[in-house]
Amino acid sequence: MTDTDTELRVNKIRSGTVIDHVTAGEALHVLAILGIDGTGGETVSLGMNVPSKRLGKKDVVKVESRELSQGELDVLSLIAPDATINIIREYEVVEKNRVTRPAEVVGILQCPNRECITNAGEPVDTDFSVLDDGVRCEYCETIIRDDLTAHIDV
Amino acid sequence: MLGRSLLTAKQLSREDIETVLDRASEFAADPSAAGDRHPGKLLALCFFEPSTRTKMSFETAAKRLGGDVIDMGSVESSSVKKGESLADTVRVIEGYADGIVLRHPKQGAAKMAAEHVDVPLVNAGDGAGHHPSQTLLDLYTIRENAGLDDLTIGIMGDLKYGRTVHSLAHALTNFDVRQHFISPQSLKLPRSVRYDLHEAGAHVREHEELEAVLPALDVLYVTRIQRERFPDEDEYQKVAGQYRITPETLDDAKDDVAVMHPLPRVDEISAAIDDTSNATYFDQAHNGVPVRMALLDSLLQTDD
Repeated sequence: MTDTDTELRVNKIRSGTVIDHVTAGEALHVLAILGIDGTGGETVSLGMNVPSKRLGKKDVVKVESRELSQGELDVLSLIAPDATINIIREYEVVEKNRVTRPAEVVGILQCPNRECITNAGEPVDTDFSVLDDGVRCEYCETIIRDDLTAHIDV
Repeated sequence: MLGRSLLTAKQLSREDIETVLDRASEFAADPSAAGDRHPGKLLALCFFEPSTRTKMSFETAAKRLGGDVIDMGSVESSSVKKGESLADTVRVIEGYADGIVLRHPKQGAAKMAAEHVDVPLVNAGDGAGHHPSQTLLDLYTIRENAGLDDLTIGIMGDLKYGRTVHSLAHALTNFDVRQHFISPQSLKLPRSVRYDLHEAGAHVREHEELEAVLPALDVLYVTRIQRERFPDEDEYQKVAGQYRITPETLDDAKDDVAVMHPLPRVDEISAAIDDTSNATYFDQAHNGVPVRMALLDSLLQTDD
């Protein structure tokens, strides 16, 4: 691979999603939300602690051949509230969105309370309301404030 | 007015509470006069955990209103033993009954169950979560003894896992009440309840010693500290002894402090309290019938 190839790989993708302005240090958590662990064959490029005018430092995640679902964006907004989502098709940005904090997050997080009905094998999706500083299970009311990514059920 | 189901005390407004308690007063005055309220209505009792008072008072209330009950029986003798989900169980039972009373060991069980049925559903306890019909009878008892405003209430014992405490604390935010929570550090109120009380702007203090607040109390609500929550017996005995109410304990209390307990008690209230004017817990248990009559009357009314 030549230097030019490497630069192209990092800077431009043919199609997929570029997640920019991710909170510095959170890029690996973003991959966790997307369920990307390298075994699925996706081509992924990461920039960590990249200089940013707006944030000082930021992470950038580029995922080829993959567009994010609304549910993924919802959870992403909780750990990377300043993120911008660029949808790329044929090397062009066809859509550019900021993530917005949702009122609730359904079916994405697992409740850490083993006594919660959502962990009892019942036909029910998890449902967390979003607080100013965390999320709260709508069933057992457990509040999660730290390390949300540890509770992602993807 | 109160919605179709009662799942948590958080859904109760002051108006809801006062309407139910006023109606309960009427039923208490003449329970046999309500026999024509809901003739033929069937209430399904689904108790996935043991219960004496709650189950029997709902059964009595339904019958006093002219209705009847069907009882799922013990979990061991039901289809739950075959692995049937709670969602399926309540969906089947709604076809048999006009309302469901559910007790279940998992938190959030009542909310989930209510999402699967169209008949009114009452949460009669969901693990360490909520027990809102108990709260209504607690409030009725408090109102009978001390009114519901300008009150100082101490709530003591297992505040972490005590579902009656969680529901009562939420409901009291509707009134001008100073709430004092007394517990060992390890059994303090859960974060979610403290969050709600803070959001509601409630006047709340937390203590480890009863002595600090006892002289100011109009009501002392005691709950059982559960032995099984403690890693060793010595730790339990140390704490349990500290929270035991005896006649001597009440020397520093107001003469008319009402001592309440959702029952069953083990040894957290001495039997020597039973014959004093402070003992309110048996009246509290008896109040379960008229209060649950009023609650069912309201919920079943929406179905008529």
